[in-house]
Amino acid sequence: MSAVNWFKYAAPQTFYVLAGRWIPWLYAVAILLAITGVYIGFAMAPTDFQQGEAYRIIFVHVPAAWMSMVIYLAMAFWAAAGLVFNTRLSSMMAQALAPTGALFTVLALVTGSLWGKPTWGAWWVWDARLTSELILLFLYIGFIALRASIDNPLRADRAAAVLAIVGAVNVPIIYFSVRWWNTLHQGASINMSSAPKMATTMLAGMLVMALAGWIYSIAVALVRVRCIILERERHAMWVRQLEEVQP
Amino acid sequence: MAAILIEIVRRDLLLAVRRSADVATVLIFFVVVASLFPLAGNPDPVVLRNLAPGVLWVSALLACLLSLPRIFAGDYADGSLEQMAIAPQPLSLLVLGKIFAHWLVSALPLVLLAPLLGLQYGLQGEPLLVLVAALLLGTPTLSLIGAIGAALTLGGRGGGALLPVLVLPLYIPVLIFGAGAVVASQAGLEVRAYFLLLGACFLLSLVVAPWATAVALRIALE
Amino acid sequence: MQWNSWGEFFAMGGYAGYVWGSFGLTLLALAWEVFALGLRRRKAIGRVRQVQSWAGQGLEHKE
Repeated sequence: MSAVNWFKYAAPQTFYVLAGRWIPWLYAVAILLAITGVYIGFAMAPTDFQQGEAYRIIFVHVPAAWMSMVIYLAMAFWAAAGLVFNTRLSSMMAQALAPTGALFTVLALVTGSLWGKPTWGAWWVWDARLTSELILLFLYIGFIALRASIDNPLRADRAAAVLAIVGAVNVPIIYFSVRWWNTLHQGASINMSSAPKMATTMLAGMLVMALAGWIYSIAVALVRVRCIILERERHAMWVRQLEEVQP
Repeated sequence: MAAILIEIVRRDLLLAVRRSADVATVLIFFVVVASLFPLAGNPDPVVLRNLAPGVLWVSALLACLLSLPRIFAGDYADGSLEQMAIAPQPLSLLVLGKIFAHWLVSALPLVLLAPLLGLQYGLQGEPLLVLVAALLLGTPTLSLIGAIGAALTLGGRGGGALLPVLVLPLYIPVLIFGAGAVVASQAGLEVRAYFLLLGACFLLSLVVAPWATAVALRIALE
Repeated sequence: MQWNSWGEFFAMGGYAGYVWGSFGLTLLALAWEVFALGLRRRKAIGRVRQVQSWAGQGLEHKE
């Protein structure tokens, strides 16, 4: 067996067709996983001693928070790959991930606030987790705003990549500093439950939901990357010959 | 190597002296912003002493931010930046010189002025010293990180608001450790850890920022 | 199973607004994202068709 030529898939033309084939499957898997996760979260996971049923918000809050971080790192990775190897597709991938990451960050903030109201009695608490999410949202906004300020897409790719790399180096420091600043915070999300150890079903529900979020993000990023390819390469002959473009 | 660094710093200092009004404006901005908070709230000495670390640090942060576009804007406009990019010396070294000059011109005066504002806020003795020392160790990091943002926004059409949006989130660790040191010293606690962390931030940004700024400048000059 | 009746399930121990609000908002946001991407794709395809028709008329348009 000869080595797979990975750079073949780095060509937007090959990737466009391949991604188009994956998207329906990814959507289907994401929906199935989300349904399973919701079932575990609502039907199997026991009621929390202290927080009652309000704790069930973690089944959407924690996966959203995880996704917001994972997507930032993935975005920085693809941006860096685009900068180093000069592959257009990597930069497009970074561009495609940013809005989804920002959306998950907003969802983590909103659901965190909805969770905070019954738990802490306030819509917003300056706890370490919410504050870090807020700063992460600022980083996403910076990435998107910088891209939007540069007209030439290739220049925008490279400038945004530098920002994403600097941001990714900064993310752990920001997390550490915010934790340092807030010594009164609730503890890492996994140990959030007041019970001595979190019920296995709770953890399972969160993991399944996180997996659903993961697959959903990949699907949506692929859809968006296909849009970006169509927008950026509309003068290329292969784009004009695509089946869906024929009148 | 060292000669070119000194030459760049000397040149930028000379340019700054010729346009000393710009330097003064940043200082005045710092004083005005810091003076607004007692007027907006309660001038009670106890309240002010609690506000002091945060207000003085945020004011210094904003003043530093205001001066950032000047690091490269002039050289970009008159083409000397392109000369630097094709110079035989590594661009990151030249950038480091420019950042150092920016710190000398825009940030060091803030540090020297800070004790005066600290007194206005009722800081005395050790907390005042800690404030100055923390600013002295923290502001170089602000200049280094800010240079990346200044280079990235060069030639774009983001307007004045883009640079703060890019740079301020990256300033947060320095703000937390810097203001935290003053708060800790007010409470009579040990401040060594804060200074170690500020020092670590400085060293890390010293490694990353000149490189990232040089890459960003080359992108802007394409 | 944790619930004795559907009513109890929907009441969520008195936290219905918070719990269903969180899940509802998330679902709404993700559905909106998928919908918005559908619109974006249609627009992008429309622009490619435009380029195509210009080329058909011999008007090669370069940006």
